[in-house]
Amino acid sequence: MMFVRSFVFFLGVLATVFFGWAALVGIPDAMISEIPPPEDLPRYTDVQLFGRKIYIREGCLYCHSQQVRPEGFGSDDDRFWGRPSVPGDYVYDKPHLLGTMRTGPDLMNIGVRQPSVDWHLIHLYNPRLVSPGSIMPPYPWLFNEKPSAGPNERVLTLPDSIAPKGNVVVATEEATALTEYLLSLNRSYPVRQ
Amino acid sequence: MPRRKSDVAGSHAEFKSRDAHADEHLRISIDDSARTPTVFYFATAVGWLVVGTIAGVITSLKFNLPDFLGDIPALTFGRIRPVHLNTVMYGWASLAGAGMIVWLTARLCRVPLQWGWLQYLAAIFWNLGVLAGTVAILTGYSQGLEWLEFPTFAGALIAGGFLLFAASIVQTFRKRNVEHLYVSLWYIMASLLWFPVLYVVANLGIYQGVVEAAMNWWYGHNALATWFTPIGLAGAYYFIPKVIGRPIYSYYLGLLGFWAFALFYNWNGIHHLVGGPLPTWLVTVSIVASVMMVVPVMAVAVNHHMTTVNHFRMLRFSPTLRFVVFGSMCYTAVSFQGSLESIRSIQEVAHFTHYTIGHAHLGVYGFLTMILFGAMYYIIPRLAKWEWPYPGLIKVHFWSTAIGIAVYVTALSIGGWFQGIEMNDPSIPFLDVVRNTQPYLWARSASGVLILVGHLIFAYQFFVVIKRAGPRRFAPALFREPAPLEPATTEEQRP
Repeated sequence: MMFVRSFVFFLGVLATVFFGWAALVGIPDAMISEIPPPEDLPRYTDVQLFGRKIYIREGCLYCHSQQVRPEGFGSDDDRFWGRPSVPGDYVYDKPHLLGTMRTGPDLMNIGVRQPSVDWHLIHLYNPRLVSPGSIMPPYPWLFNEKPSAGPNERVLTLPDSIAPKGNVVVATEEATALTEYLLSLNRSYPVRQ
Repeated sequence: MPRRKSDVAGSHAEFKSRDAHADEHLRISIDDSARTPTVFYFATAVGWLVVGTIAGVITSLKFNLPDFLGDIPALTFGRIRPVHLNTVMYGWASLAGAGMIVWLTARLCRVPLQWGWLQYLAAIFWNLGVLAGTVAILTGYSQGLEWLEFPTFAGALIAGGFLLFAASIVQTFRKRNVEHLYVSLWYIMASLLWFPVLYVVANLGIYQGVVEAAMNWWYGHNALATWFTPIGLAGAYYFIPKVIGRPIYSYYLGLLGFWAFALFYNWNGIHHLVGGPLPTWLVTVSIVASVMMVVPVMAVAVNHHMTTVNHFRMLRFSPTLRFVVFGSMCYTAVSFQGSLESIRSIQEVAHFTHYTIGHAHLGVYGFLTMILFGAMYYIIPRLAKWEWPYPGLIKVHFWSTAIGIAVYVTALSIGGWFQGIEMNDPSIPFLDVVRNTQPYLWARSASGVLILVGHLIFAYQFFVVIKRAGPRRFAPALFREPAPLEPATTEEQRP
């Protein structure tokens, strides 16, 4: 009797976790993996993928979501964050970066909203230079200070009060790749909702 | 499981045995067998608690002072925040829970711990896993999935540790010397089946795109459902009747609560993606399951309240009871809050804000951590054979953490709600929304410091008692001495 009861208990317990997985992950997987990628959604380039790694390394996802909510649910549309996101927008995303927090604004279409490379580089170097009142952390380790810039290096245009004396601040490969990735965030192509 | 209502008395049965003397010997031999593994789990857990709390306070201060420690890559917000989450969840709560389970399973099965040597290996693997994962995040090797930041090798160490831990517990269970299984044991044995399945599937990395997001929150919420909440409930079901000295109010409510918990909790996770790019039916299923959580939560709340009713006076004396009852009340509160929070109209405001962070801390701190503190106050003196030397410090520990978490949750609930309302009003510039959260975030930092002080005091006394130092006491450390004519509390009934 004891054995039968234990067996039923363990079977029941395993069944609960299995059905939870099937409903929340298994069936959606079967449905969504059928969806073809949108024609106008380009694959990430190698540089963009490298930038995406920096985005993950520095934990940008803990303050920035990448999902636009539908009209009538929040104010995403009125804030010009883009059209509502669809599963097809994420087919090339691994790991996914949907996020759960908006300490900062949504970035699903930041490449459309803010296409300036210089703005992004200065913003990464010290967010408060271009966005007063921001509480985003600075990322000085994505930049180098040196006496003069090399041939292909991008120099930051900094106000005199911030600029280091006698040196210039140049973006590292990591900073330019991260910026490339941010500029690639553009899901403005039309989709069927 | 019991056949008759009379052997429902679970924890009580230990004292009702025919031969009290043999019982005492059995308890001593059980405590001897669990001593080293449990103390090892607890000691490392307390270490991770201090590390995790410091990481939490740094994280919080960065909201107030964004340039604070701003040029140290390892301490940037996006790394120290996941370090906080992972060290407190997989370091503190998991290891403390494992220590409690080792001792509790042996006690409830009335048999010394089996295969105890596996527990040393398990604890070492587990700690190495948490350490490796933490270093990986700090140096930039996060996997980028919330709750699953640890890279595969760290995850494998933790999974291996868990399996070794579970093997020894299952063996102890198989050698049990009891006719019926007490409620706490159901939760423990279920979690040993659930959590490894969940953790391994989640770490396989076989999903992509929005399905990975679904998997991520299936995991994120189920880590609570299959591991952390069962630890807390097993503790509450054991310690409340134990300290009060009367049986749990209703076995049938316990049974209803357990199976409703098992059925509904597993389906909750996708409420983290309300408004997201997922099929509507999927989100709706999770919302329905989240609301259905009212059933198991009511069952547990009524059961614990009816057990405690008429005995609330004892909260003035027993540290264990006070921590555990505080935790149980938080469980009821956080669960009802969670059911409401999953509803679309509430999510429209609360999602993406600090409100959710407040909710998470009410659960993992107010409920789980407080119950683990209560469990440690009960278990440690029995294993160390040394009473807590400074009851005054226990009092400071209780009030600093209780007030700390109350301020924390209040500040973030109010601040987060306003944040959500303002964010949904497009006429308010985003940076104004950010600015308006600052007073609440300062209050959160202050409450974090208060909690850290409580933890340092607790850690100090923990290591004093483990070393069997400090003034020697011959009676349990209570918040106040009972008046001479009052009956003694049952907490003194120990070998």
